[in-house]
Amino acid sequence: MTKTQEPGAELPLQQQDSVVVRFAGDSGDGMQITGGQFTSTSAAVGNDLATLPDFPAEIRAPAGTRAGVSGFQLCFSSKDIHTPGDRPDALVAMNPAALVVNVKDLKPGGILLINTGAFNDKEYKKAKMENPFEDGTFEGYRLIEVDINKRVAEALEGSPLKPKDVQRCKNFYTLGLMYWLYSRPMQPTEDFLNKKFAKKPDLAEANIKAMRAGFNAGDIHQLFQARYQVPKCTELPPGTYRNIMGNEALALGLTVGAKLCGVQPFLGSYPITPASTILETMAAQKNHGVMTFQAEDEIAAICSAIGASFAGHLGMTSTSGPGLALKTEAMGLAVMTELPLVIVNVQRGGPSTGLPTKTEQADLMQAVFGRNGEAPIPVIAVSSVADAFDCAVEACRIATQYMTPVLLLTDGYIANGSEPWRLPKLEDLPDLKVNFRTQAEGYLPYSRDDKGARPWVKPGTPGMQHRIGGLEKAHLTGDVCYDAENHEFMIHARQEKVMNIRETIATPEVHGDKDADLLLLGWGSTYGPIADACEMINAKGHEVARMHLRHVWPMPKGLDEIFSNYKAILIPEMNMGQLARILRSEYPSQNFLSYSKVQGQPFHSSELAEKAISVLEN
Amino acid sequence: MSDAKTLTKKDFKPDQDVKWCPGCGDYAILNAVQAACASIGTAKEDVVFVSGIGCSSRFPYYMDTYGFHTIHGRAPAFATGIKASNPDLTVWLVTGDGDGLSIGGNHLAHLLRRNVNINVLLFNNEVYGLTKGQYSPTSPRGMRTKTSPMGSIDRPFNPISFALGCNATFVARTIDTHMKHMTRTLEEAAAHKGTSFVEIYQNCVIFNDGAFDDVADKAVRDDKTIDLRAGEKLVFGKDSDKGIAMKGFEPHLVDPADADVWDPTRESSAASFLMSSLDHEPGMPNPIGVFRSVPSTTFDADMSAQLAEAVEQKGEGQIKDLIYAGETWEVS
Repeated sequence: MTKTQEPGAELPLQQQDSVVVRFAGDSGDGMQITGGQFTSTSAAVGNDLATLPDFPAEIRAPAGTRAGVSGFQLCFSSKDIHTPGDRPDALVAMNPAALVVNVKDLKPGGILLINTGAFNDKEYKKAKMENPFEDGTFEGYRLIEVDINKRVAEALEGSPLKPKDVQRCKNFYTLGLMYWLYSRPMQPTEDFLNKKFAKKPDLAEANIKAMRAGFNAGDIHQLFQARYQVPKCTELPPGTYRNIMGNEALALGLTVGAKLCGVQPFLGSYPITPASTILETMAAQKNHGVMTFQAEDEIAAICSAIGASFAGHLGMTSTSGPGLALKTEAMGLAVMTELPLVIVNVQRGGPSTGLPTKTEQADLMQAVFGRNGEAPIPVIAVSSVADAFDCAVEACRIATQYMTPVLLLTDGYIANGSEPWRLPKLEDLPDLKVNFRTQAEGYLPYSRDDKGARPWVKPGTPGMQHRIGGLEKAHLTGDVCYDAENHEFMIHARQEKVMNIRETIATPEVHGDKDADLLLLGWGSTYGPIADACEMINAKGHEVARMHLRHVWPMPKGLDEIFSNYKAILIPEMNMGQLARILRSEYPSQNFLSYSKVQGQPFHSSELAEKAISVLEN
Repeated sequence: MSDAKTLTKKDFKPDQDVKWCPGCGDYAILNAVQAACASIGTAKEDVVFVSGIGCSSRFPYYMDTYGFHTIHGRAPAFATGIKASNPDLTVWLVTGDGDGLSIGGNHLAHLLRRNVNINVLLFNNEVYGLTKGQYSPTSPRGMRTKTSPMGSIDRPFNPISFALGCNATFVARTIDTHMKHMTRTLEEAAAHKGTSFVEIYQNCVIFNDGAFDDVADKAVRDDKTIDLRAGEKLVFGKDSDKGIAMKGFEPHLVDPADADVWDPTRESSAASFLMSSLDHEPGMPNPIGVFRSVPSTTFDADMSAQLAEAVEQKGEGQIKDLIYAGETWEVS
């Protein structure tokens, strides 16, 4: 037992490997910032972590309603973890609506902290619920009742803030309380508040005061039976780390990727949830030569990017499903004109407007096949927050080396989630330097190198004026050509070029038990849940192997041989089994089983493990 | 840039066959553009022609410059990406009444309001040509076509009013059969810094032949049109015997001596708007020439300036600064 001089030192300090906490409240309660601060502080003390923000599409749904509930879950750990956890160990419910939406996920015996100041008949009515004190809602949980409204008002008595603004400090009181419970330092958040409110010192002071009051309350009011400690994670590979969000990692990868290619990035984009932060991040990178263009719509966004690529920049566009649908025609033009282009699709729940703030993987077919004509486009899928950086660099490599549009698929879970990122060493970054053709002699716009790529020529280069467009091109000259044989030849040339990418991508590694009969195969953000599920399956005494696809199209070589080693290949997807369908047509002799979940939420590792075990036992 | 040499019209002709219908107004425009490019003198490799879809949009194939024949209506977005990426290029955008004002109306509006330094040529023939003769957003009400057998019930766009409404900084109109006027207008458009919008009355010999004859035909042109020229009096007629003066918002026919002097450089576009619908008044001519020409900063220059300013403030960014940023920690 560790002794400290802090308040609450007399309580037993229990060591835990991993803890899952969920903050839930009204959209205006500041739960995202609270969760974000808990995350940053956990990163600062050296935990491994993973987060799952879960918020409504509406900015401020009516206060107190279920529709307005915003949540932030994180897992912080002394172990190497892959997911934000299936079920929280502790749930903070700032109002009755947050309770009713989230309590079903709380682990039996879990800590349930409620703000009783918001628990009254009026609020129950808004949340369309009965009085939870009377209907057994709290049974089986360790209920902690705190009138946070009142406590914050007491703590900030004499503050120059208006009563309404005092109440807006509730989330930092709560954060302080949770910092106490999990033995976290307050300094990182104090630094954050002082910086954020540098020009409004009253606000900084009030929030810090509220947080300290919450922290001290843990001791003074004897609310809890124990305090917990989650030691620093020592399992992570050595290196320099920083905490990062998925979209930020991806935006960094796009800029770094373009720089490694020796060209300026040009991002044409139109704001759309959950992709907007890519545009926001890159707009702040102007001193890196990053051009960002907030276009008038999704179509103009991709078209401006293609124009930039024609002019010798690396054109990029970022969007989500509905936006990708609008970009379809322009993607075909990029295929036809064989210009480099990176298209990022941060997938969300569909179809149509669907579930804008929730996650899904249902745009795979659209990405691989969704264009008029034979229009092959390589597709890469991001598997985790940190992987977003590597995949973005890889997309830049393929786009420039093969003169092709590349689709980079990620999703809302990765976009908004955060985790520690082991920073790449600069000397390990690949050299992707592009050679623009400047030699006019013998230049043919649609000649091809050994990879099948045509030369990239910047307008402004003397003696190499040429015209490109969406009409079919004549082999070599690139002149408009309606000839039947030429059309078929060019269709094959474009297809072969994309298939040639297989020569420069590795066959993915298989992890797990050598003699397993079952392979868990995933793509995209199911990586974390699958990895955790395999550990659970092993823990229950079963053998299993797992593999993850980064290059979804074209697929790497050697898959058929790998698949042949297993009696069954189980493919969990947050869609109706789209990868499974593609695999069945590519590798018809293999036994693919689809495991589908389309609820706008990532898989729970435990449900994946259960499913896999049931397959093994049957 | 290649060595400076005197360019001729012929230098801009590529080895491709031109495939417009015999007698199409596009030939005359191509001729005038090649002549204008030669007289402007920008090296061929520094010129890019961008287009959308339609008869007019085949234009880039017939210029020996860099060219991009893109997709329907979206040429303004491509052109914006090209010009922003390399402001040293001279970018021309060729579009039509369908491409520019129907499917691409949104993009054209945004190009004009942003004032990207691009020259836009809108070939207006008041009909869809490449799809064989349906009514367009500039077709007059009542026009009978295959898709409007009882006459079009659409109210048409006036392209000049449209451009002015987008706060375009250079707005002009010319006529395909008026070579001298067209060449001069193109040169003025090219000289303007910002988006230059030029509507060209263009005759579609197959589907809408003679659509502009009542104003553009040589026999009536001088009496039916008035050329708006900066600093010159609003005088028209074969014998320059008619003048226009504004009284309030009312244009009046007056003696040439009493005519107003045209000033397209006013910051307010009110007078330009009035001119754009001048021919709605009985007895009034149809204006051609320059409706508006005002100086303003350009989008592409502003974008370059922001990048330069960011470098000045934060220093030239290195890969290391991007990756090794924020709070980092070591795991050993």
